[in-house]
Amino acid sequence: MSELIRLTAAELAEKIHSREVSAVEAAQAHLDRIAAVDGRVHAFLHIGSEAALASAERVDAALARGAAPASPLAGVPLALKDVFTTSDMPTTCGSKILEGWQPPYDATVTERLRAAGVTVLGKTNMDEFAMGSSTEHSAYGVTRNPWDTTRVPGGSGGGSAAALAAYEAPLAIGTDTGGSIRQPAAFTGTVGVKPTYGGVSRYGLVACASSLDQAGPCARTVLDAALLHEVIAGHDPRDSTSIDRPVPDVVAAARSGARGDLSGLRVGVVRELGGEGYQPGVRAAYEASLRLLEKLGAEMVEVSCPHFEYGLAAYYLILPSEVSSNLARFDAMRYGLRAAEGRSAEEVMANTREQGFGAEAKRRIMLGTYALSSGYYDAYYGQAQKVRTLISRDFAKAFEQADVLVSPTTPTVPFPIGDKVDDPLAMYLNDLATIPTNLAGVTGMSVPSGLADGLPVGLQVMAPALGEAVMYRVGAAFEAARDADEGGPLIARVPEVSA
Amino acid sequence: MTADSPAPGGAITRDEVAHLARLARLAVTEEELDVFAGQLDVIIGAVARVGEVAADDIPPTSHAVPLENVFRPDEHRPGLSQEQALAGAPAAEDGRFMVPRILGEEQ
Repeated sequence: MSELIRLTAAELAEKIHSREVSAVEAAQAHLDRIAAVDGRVHAFLHIGSEAALASAERVDAALARGAAPASPLAGVPLALKDVFTTSDMPTTCGSKILEGWQPPYDATVTERLRAAGVTVLGKTNMDEFAMGSSTEHSAYGVTRNPWDTTRVPGGSGGGSAAALAAYEAPLAIGTDTGGSIRQPAAFTGTVGVKPTYGGVSRYGLVACASSLDQAGPCARTVLDAALLHEVIAGHDPRDSTSIDRPVPDVVAAARSGARGDLSGLRVGVVRELGGEGYQPGVRAAYEASLRLLEKLGAEMVEVSCPHFEYGLAAYYLILPSEVSSNLARFDAMRYGLRAAEGRSAEEVMANTREQGFGAEAKRRIMLGTYALSSGYYDAYYGQAQKVRTLISRDFAKAFEQADVLVSPTTPTVPFPIGDKVDDPLAMYLNDLATIPTNLAGVTGMSVPSGLADGLPVGLQVMAPALGEAVMYRVGAAFEAARDADEGGPLIARVPEVSA
Repeated sequence: MTADSPAPGGAITRDEVAHLARLARLAVTEEELDVFAGQLDVIIGAVARVGEVAADDIPPTSHAVPLENVFRPDEHRPGLSQEQALAGAPAAEDGRFMVPRILGEEQ
């Protein structure tokens, strides 16, 4: 196996830019790795070898001419969640209803990656339309967790996270609606960041729940995540919810954090996410994390966010409501699947949606239709939106007392494939700790915090809207201290995937 | 599913699921009706908790960032070509989307 795949994105970029290694070699090493292990992991739905090598060649040619790299990540391979439109590869969102669909345009994120000279290797597996916490709800089969291939990698961005943990790509892009970047990061021992809502453009991102969806970076180190964050973030006039403010300097923050001093920083320990009902191993890792932050000089403050316990309920009303509306576009008329049977447009539409959507998508469409229906709207959707206000107020108050907040990312370690697939409510509980940040639009990340029962768990760090810099600083300091204590990064302990 | 529907929390019946599926333009099998009725009932029972906390004086938040109108200069820009727009269509004819019958035979 090529040693190139073991490098961090930052290390690989340095070798490419100094022309010690070519971008083509880097791309080929990862394509070879995918060919060797993806049959077992199934992180990818589509591999774009030709386009990837062509893109890498362009980077090499520019460097050979003496041009400066287009970005600090030029030539570095990346795996893109199959929810972003790509004009040269299919975009399916893990759904049969979009099988083989090739969009006529690129998402802003895709465009920015191309402009930065990043090598897009292919599209990663996901829960259908980003709905799920396990990547078992993909129409194209489950993705397996490289730490234990009988277990889930988390969801909905399980493909992106698994690609990182299996060393198929040093970087990936995900989307986080209720934890779909952070929860798979925790489950795979990788780093996942949900930027501030509006921090990364949603143009060309197939919508799950528009008021919650946020694209963000996935990587094996905090610095790599920061480098990718800067490539994709920033205002986009094509997205009316995109924030027109400068992107926080997260790369500088990650570099300064890595020096490992958090004195003067106040870390809020959220009482309500403190581990009640969590698996004992998850709780133990969390308690060790808190001690480590304290050792770094942080002042630990207990904060209370009393309405967080209603976050899950509010989320599972707001999300399906937006889903039922967003997925109405799949009407069998303009793109995607069309069922052969049906005497009218209405029947064809109903039959197409029956054939094209999986169980979780249908469940949420119906839940949303219920929550938005006359007579129930006020009691469910209206109340949920009020809870959202209360959760935002909880955050505001907590951020008066602390610079960042912390919690375990998930209540459990990765669970066995098939364990919760028939019990939607049990599956939903996995997003308990990640959901409040989506409801309030603030930013959050998951950093590897150790192993519980031999499986990875994550520490969640949350910061106010546009407070990414302090969050990356804390994440990097924590990562550096943990790696020093343990004699290396957690990800280095992932078992070799057998084909 | 009318304005005078029973208070939230009542059991979700098979008939209600069938009605929701019709509203959502989703054909469902007989078997799915049973499965979804049970599951939706459990989920609705759990999420009904939102009614416990939010008082009348709490304003709802529909979006995490306050939205305002975003304007751009009113100028021509290239869009998708007709060919591109139709490229993913399940059926097209004469440069247009071809769709199944919309009006009933009796109309």
